[in-house]
Amino acid sequence: MEFFQRFAIPHPSPAIYASMVAIALVSIAIVVGLTYFKKWGYLWHEWFTTVDHKKIGIMYLISALLMLFRGGADAIMMRAQLATPEAKLLDAQHYNEIFTTHGVVMILFMAMPFIFAFMNLIVPLQIGARDVAFPRLNALSFWLFFAGAMLFNISFVIGGSPDAGWTSYFPLAGNDFSTSVGTNYYMLAIQISGIGSLMTGINFCTTILKMRAPGMTLMKMPMFTWSAFIANIIVVFAFPVLTVALLMGTADRLFGANFFTTANGGMDMLWANFFWVWGHPEVYILILPAFGLYSEIISTFSGRNLYGYKSMVWSMVLISLLSFLVWTHHFFTMGQGALTNSIFSITTMAIAVPTGVKIFNWLFTMWKGKIRFTVPMLYSIGFIPLFTIGGVTGVMLAMSAADYQYHNTMFLVAHFHNTIIPGVVFAMLAGLTYYWPKFFGFILNEKIGKLTFWLLTVGFVLAFFPMYITGLDGQARRMYTYSEATGFGPLNMVSFVGAALMAIGFVTIVYNIYYSFKNSPRNIGSDPWDARSLEWATHTPVPEYNFARVPQISSSQTFWDSKKNGHALFKGEIEDIHMPNKSGVPFVMGIIFFIVGFSFVFALWVPAVIALIGVFVCMTLRSFEQDHGYHIHVKEIKETEAKYGEVLNSEDRPRTTTRV
Amino acid sequence: MKKKWAFLTSMMALVLLLSGCEPLLVLDPKGPQAERQASDIMLSIGIMAVIVVVVMAILAYVLIKYRASNQSDDYEPPHIEGNHIVEAICVGVPVLIVAYLSFVSVKSNYIVESAPVGYEDQEPLVVYASSSDWKWHFSYPEEGIETVNYLYIPTDRPLEFKLYSYGPITSFWIPQLGGQKYAMADMVTTLHLAADEPGEYMGRNANFSGKGFAENTFNVTAMSQADFDEWVEEVHETAEPITENEFEKLLEPGHLGQMTFTGTHLEFSPAPEHEHHAESDTEVDSESETHDHSQHEGHAEHTDHSSH
Repeated sequence: MEFFQRFAIPHPSPAIYASMVAIALVSIAIVVGLTYFKKWGYLWHEWFTTVDHKKIGIMYLISALLMLFRGGADAIMMRAQLATPEAKLLDAQHYNEIFTTHGVVMILFMAMPFIFAFMNLIVPLQIGARDVAFPRLNALSFWLFFAGAMLFNISFVIGGSPDAGWTSYFPLAGNDFSTSVGTNYYMLAIQISGIGSLMTGINFCTTILKMRAPGMTLMKMPMFTWSAFIANIIVVFAFPVLTVALLMGTADRLFGANFFTTANGGMDMLWANFFWVWGHPEVYILILPAFGLYSEIISTFSGRNLYGYKSMVWSMVLISLLSFLVWTHHFFTMGQGALTNSIFSITTMAIAVPTGVKIFNWLFTMWKGKIRFTVPMLYSIGFIPLFTIGGVTGVMLAMSAADYQYHNTMFLVAHFHNTIIPGVVFAMLAGLTYYWPKFFGFILNEKIGKLTFWLLTVGFVLAFFPMYITGLDGQARRMYTYSEATGFGPLNMVSFVGAALMAIGFVTIVYNIYYSFKNSPRNIGSDPWDARSLEWATHTPVPEYNFARVPQISSSQTFWDSKKNGHALFKGEIEDIHMPNKSGVPFVMGIIFFIVGFSFVFALWVPAVIALIGVFVCMTLRSFEQDHGYHIHVKEIKETEAKYGEVLNSEDRPRTTTRV
Repeated sequence: MKKKWAFLTSMMALVLLLSGCEPLLVLDPKGPQAERQASDIMLSIGIMAVIVVVVMAILAYVLIKYRASNQSDDYEPPHIEGNHIVEAICVGVPVLIVAYLSFVSVKSNYIVESAPVGYEDQEPLVVYASSSDWKWHFSYPEEGIETVNYLYIPTDRPLEFKLYSYGPITSFWIPQLGGQKYAMADMVTTLHLAADEPGEYMGRNANFSGKGFAENTFNVTAMSQADFDEWVEEVHETAEPITENEFEKLLEPGHLGQMTFTGTHLEFSPAPEHEHHAESDTEVDSESETHDHSQHEGHAEHTDHSSH
């Protein structure tokens, strides 16, 4: 009996029991549905075993949207609990679990897969490649991410969610103060998906360095590819720190090590340092690709080339360097003294300079342009003022002496949501709308899209601007309740209203996908937005091999050159195309890693060891495997191309262009 | 677009109106440190507001002037690579702003990390503030007094808080007197504050520390030195002495009301102050040294090595 005790939820509530039933029912429904419609084979052959970067990108996209709703549900519960003083909706324990999972889910299981989705979908197309450098590794990255995400998400029905904050500071996260298995889930789920992220980083650095089409020098790469490149370099340098920190944390919790405890020479501050040495670069891993997307979108809908391309690149390089030199600003109040604080205060403020350069470059890109107010452009326009506010409040927080007053308050919460929501989330939604036709063959409805944009923007302002004020009035973050006498009530109610508007906004996205799937016209051509970079030069939806012939690159907007200046993008005859084989191993390894993680969470050593052996068996088999891929033959390519209605063997491809 | 800006401004106005009845705690300083911080905050809000307005103005201008519906169908936007002078301005002006703010920031760092301005030549009142789940213990070693969850302080005298924790990392914060600082289990941090005016202030732990975090607050009462001395005397007449047993009980997780004792827990459970210095061995008496060893073996061992 005692054995099963640990799988029970330590703090059950009707909502959790309801979710358990819902999860069980949905799982059964999915299994029955797949069997009834005989879709298992389709799922296995087309998705579970795929190594195609486009399909992996779509799977990342779906996961990110699912996790957005999971994290969003946490958020709306938090705001509801805080809407009125001394509310009884949630108790302290539930509130602590919810803000912890909200943070982890939104950063690691929503924002990360969202940017990986766009990297997967866009980067190979933008550089004229057939796939990424290591397609099977790419699939493994996805399945590890997915295993980590699922492991983290089952915590609230089996064993209990982590409750020490998304930063999981020790000693609070140690066994003495966090007795449930929640923090074990945190350590292992993030570890598993983090290994996936690290591999993605290596994969994309290699892809971008080695697989560019002929003529594409580094300074002729489209801006999104540049941003993805820099972000992945940061991934490669930052994630190992997280891996080591999580290992040490796991050792503390499971094997009685004392890295971060307060006894036996442990050092609690070491965790905070490790966490933010990874954590601060992490926010640039998220924001740089977002900047890349905005660059593409603003340039397209202004009808202009990107202003100051070189300074855009150099500012990103500078941001990536500085991102490793500012971690201490997350704990100016740790007592390291005036000198250390001064150094980190200056490095932090310095980041404002390259970021400011980017803002001005976007403004000058619109200058003398011909601005079309499409949905992706609306997000980009909304982003500029809102992100500027987020950025300048960041400079305020960087003033370390003043930070003693902002630290740990709602002011800080307002600041980082003010950068992440208009910065990352808006970029992802803009990118989603912008690239949707490329991969699904129809445009998302503009009217509903605009409604979504306004709901999110108004909701965002209402939800987060009041927090600047309550923060300065002394409302600490992570408090599950407050008394009426504090006077925080009315502004928190405004926040709740804003959060509710945002929730409606996110639901309209789902409705828009459904509505557009039913109603949108499918004859949109391959370039519906009159865009500029290479990914729009291939068909819609993109064929498996991306480009029938390898494109010849003239500039960072080579597709525009081919449309306007007569640049010949595709030359020569169609040849056989070499493609990577499918493999089920990454999916199987995802399952094995899930079992490893789950076994470690509950200290079930026998299954843990068996599953770990499974991991090594998979890796050994792979290293003895002869896999040379396969070829798509000319005849087959010509048939496929003919289906898209292309005139083959012609130097200049005709295009159907619908303007929006 | 105009609608949006009108909306934004009215929102800000509404927000200010809602909060406008009383000044915000952080911007209503009652001591020199909080004053310095509030003036830094107001300065940076001012400069930042200018930046935001400039960006919004450029954006509004560009959007209105260059929107597609405002231009002829055959207008082809030009190809512009960039302009060194424009880019130099875009780098130069932010650099100047950041340099100025850095200067202010560094200066403020040294100010808030030393004895409060105007109080430099006075002997500070030293108070050991330690947190345990989810309480604050205040020890006045000079006065021989210990309180739980409330703090009496004299005005017009510098205060030196020695912070540490009997559990998770906490953060000691009295917004109207000055910003916060962490209290941790294996070291002591120092926070310099002073109160200019008598009054009641809110104090709390600002760093999340588990289930009882929201209620982890304490009351601060600032009074004249004479009133403070009177209170000290009164405590010595009425309060019970604190014992090791009693203190162990106080440390158990939970919430307590306000309590007052004579003597301090520092006598039997000293602050983790001189851990890294060899001379600490000679300073502490043998009894507390054994206690020290049991709690911080690693550090104590380290100390032993370095002293040989």
